[in-house]
Amino acid sequence: MKVGVVTFPGTLDDQDAARAVRLAGGEPVAIWHASDDLRGVDAIIFPGGFSYGDYLRCGAIAALAPAVGSVIEAAGKGMPVLGICNGFQVLCESHLLPGALIRNEHQRFICREQELSVENTSTPWTNGFSAGERIVIPLKNGEGNFQASAETVAELEGEGRVVFRYSDLNPNGSINDIAGICSARGNVVGLMPHPEHAVERGFGTTGAGYRTGTDGLRFFTSVLSSLVS
Amino acid sequence: MGRIIVEVMPKPEILDPQGKAVRGALPRQGIDIFTDVRQGKRFELTVEGSVTQEALASAQAAAESVLSNPIIEDVVAVYEAPGESK
Repeated sequence: MKVGVVTFPGTLDDQDAARAVRLAGGEPVAIWHASDDLRGVDAIIFPGGFSYGDYLRCGAIAALAPAVGSVIEAAGKGMPVLGICNGFQVLCESHLLPGALIRNEHQRFICREQELSVENTSTPWTNGFSAGERIVIPLKNGEGNFQASAETVAELEGEGRVVFRYSDLNPNGSINDIAGICSARGNVVGLMPHPEHAVERGFGTTGAGYRTGTDGLRFFTSVLSSLVS
Repeated sequence: MGRIIVEVMPKPEILDPQGKAVRGALPRQGIDIFTDVRQGKRFELTVEGSVTQEALASAQAAAESVLSNPIIEDVVAVYEAPGESK
């Protein structure tokens, strides 16, 4: 199964995302932002970083890239799309997901191992988790404060589209402790924390032993199993 | 050349951490009369020739679709830069 990883100018975590796909058993395919050719992939990841130096608004200029136009079209046909951190910001700016991400309430960049509860396990990116499961993956951002209108938040909550919630503490002021959401159809998922940084023992989060936490890997095994089923 | 100014501000109900940080810094300079600071953006869009109604309409469209995000920001003004027609 081929999973495309889109690189914009200023993207940082594309290689980690590609590596996560490979460790999960998939074939990562590099997608350049300036091309509208998705190279026959079965799913797409917008990785983290600082596309266009966060100029204008985080993700705003990237959202206008040719590759994103193709992803919007593919997402409309049901292709699984995952946006991580800056990738989540791109999804919001391109209107694939509702809401917006603004500067953290405490005005500081934050980098920590973040506990999340998985609230929706029916998306292609979360089917390998159990409902309510607590997972730990890294969080690192300055603008991860999820905001949306009261109507949008009610819609997300009512339709079970809050996919991840911050559970040990709210690190950035996000409304309703929202860490990640999905589209109405469920195939497009965005979250601020970074699953691709916790996929291999020795390089993961603090788990049962030092750096043994690999909760992030199941995002990628989930999408591969959803593609074959 | 004509110039159009577009001004964008964070919505009043949205927390503005940048403005809040500036507000916190002012009293340290002995400037203590301001109870609140909000920080927005100003764009300057240049056209060939003078500013036409059509150019203003294009600036309005750009302001609403790209220069601002309507979820968190308001376009507060779109106008021709004063003293620059001709």
